[in-house]
Amino acid sequence: MEFLWEGIKEAVNLWIHGDAEIIEITLRTLAISAVATLVALVIGVPAGAFLALKRFRGRSLIVATVNTGMGMPPVVVGLIVAVMLWRSGPLGGLNLIFTPTAMVIAQFIIAVPLVIGFSLASIQSVNPRLLDQIVALGANRVQMLWLMIREARLGLLAALMAGFGAVISEVGASMMVGGNIAGETRVLTTATVLETSRGNVEVALALGFMLLIMAYVVNLVVTSVQQQRRPT
Amino acid sequence: MRSRFLGIVGALAALGLLAACGGADDSELLLATTTSTDNSGLLDELVPIFEQRTGINVKVIAVGTGAALRMAEDGNADALLVHAPDAERALVENGDVFNRQLIAYNDFIVVGPAADPAGIAGERDVEAALSRIEATRSRFVSRGDDSGTHKKERALWQGAGLEPGGDWYEETGQGMGASLTIADQKNAYILSDRGTFLALSGSVDLVVISEGDPQMINLYSVMQVDPEKGRINDGAAAEWVAFLLEPETQDRIELFRREEFGRSLFIPTRGRHEAETIALFASGARLPAAGGG
Repeated sequence: MEFLWEGIKEAVNLWIHGDAEIIEITLRTLAISAVATLVALVIGVPAGAFLALKRFRGRSLIVATVNTGMGMPPVVVGLIVAVMLWRSGPLGGLNLIFTPTAMVIAQFIIAVPLVIGFSLASIQSVNPRLLDQIVALGANRVQMLWLMIREARLGLLAALMAGFGAVISEVGASMMVGGNIAGETRVLTTATVLETSRGNVEVALALGFMLLIMAYVVNLVVTSVQQQRRPT
Repeated sequence: MRSRFLGIVGALAALGLLAACGGADDSELLLATTTSTDNSGLLDELVPIFEQRTGINVKVIAVGTGAALRMAEDGNADALLVHAPDAERALVENGDVFNRQLIAYNDFIVVGPAADPAGIAGERDVEAALSRIEATRSRFVSRGDDSGTHKKERALWQGAGLEPGGDWYEETGQGMGASLTIADQKNAYILSDRGTFLALSGSVDLVVISEGDPQMINLYSVMQVDPEKGRINDGAAAEWVAFLLEPETQDRIELFRREEFGRSLFIPTRGRHEAETIALFASGARLPAAGGG
């Protein structure tokens, strides 16, 4: 119990004094996970909409793949991305291993099935008669898609939160493709593991609380948008 | 509504630019090392000095020695800082690495609960100590990760003519720091390098049980990866090796956290060769302790 108390004190202490390293790690964590989530949204929402609105041969196979991907172990994603990006790997020439970009790639792969899955479910659950109505009113494809996305935005914001929540809390892939390099690829989760193994339990707890608070604030902002009264 | 949503998207995009700015340098040194050098914090002290002087950006990847050696074989690192002399020699013979230089040493120790269920406290002969642990089936935690320390542990069991196994023998598959914490929580014995143990001594209750056997020396060497493997930053690796051998760096290694623990975590070899260093250690002139501790 003493550890926990010391951890809270250490955390408060580090924040009050604005410990430069922790702030830097926190900003980096936020940046990497935000980019990965953003890219996953840009690709995942249209893909989810397509799967929700189109009927074609092999659709069930793709949907099943997406659903499987939603539970994909990050550590496996990390291993595969790392092996690809190692200097000895097929994409070694890109010099991406142990960079923030490599972490964004791995986190994107973790987030995108979640975003597709949530988008698919939320768009599919929009009243189909609305779709007919939109088409009857003469909307073109882009207008139709935009209206559907607006209609399904509760679910789409849930997709955002699920994707972001998955990647920001993930440690295995970040460790493998990022390497936990100080000042470059060290994020809150990998730093927590490191400080624990160094025996600096208080610092580890401080980092952990930082992660919790950050995840909470981000979700609070998104939730406040999501739960706003819909325009009538 | 739409503007609010776009605001969030815009904020995220701005953060993305932040991430992109942390881009990589052209002159980068990928250093694969062991968890023991990293967990002690030694590299945190040496690397910034090297970076400032040379402008070379050092990427330290802390893995078990087994993984570090594999990274060298595959050309996935520029330089190694490891502690598994036999495995290193094999790599030198295969031509995977070259310019292998001994830079420092410390020693391995058997640590365990103060209650000492196997009754081996103070036993200098490590093989005798391990035999007692096995005979009494006292709990023992092994790294089990093919690291330098794990290789050493297996060699010691083998030397004692024992094949450890059973419910008293547990493998963690984790780094030195994490394994020490696990051993502490389980009241188990464990083989550790002295550096990591001292660094963690504030957070674990384990005590030194067996130390001083001549074969417990722990030799740290640095080496360069064969540039023929492609994409190797040969020049940076050579500079790194030279930097570690400099008298000034060797002084820093000796002083690293010495005040805090009353003894050096790593003892610089100052150009001594392996045989000389081992002889020095065996003669008992090891680990000069400040204040006679």
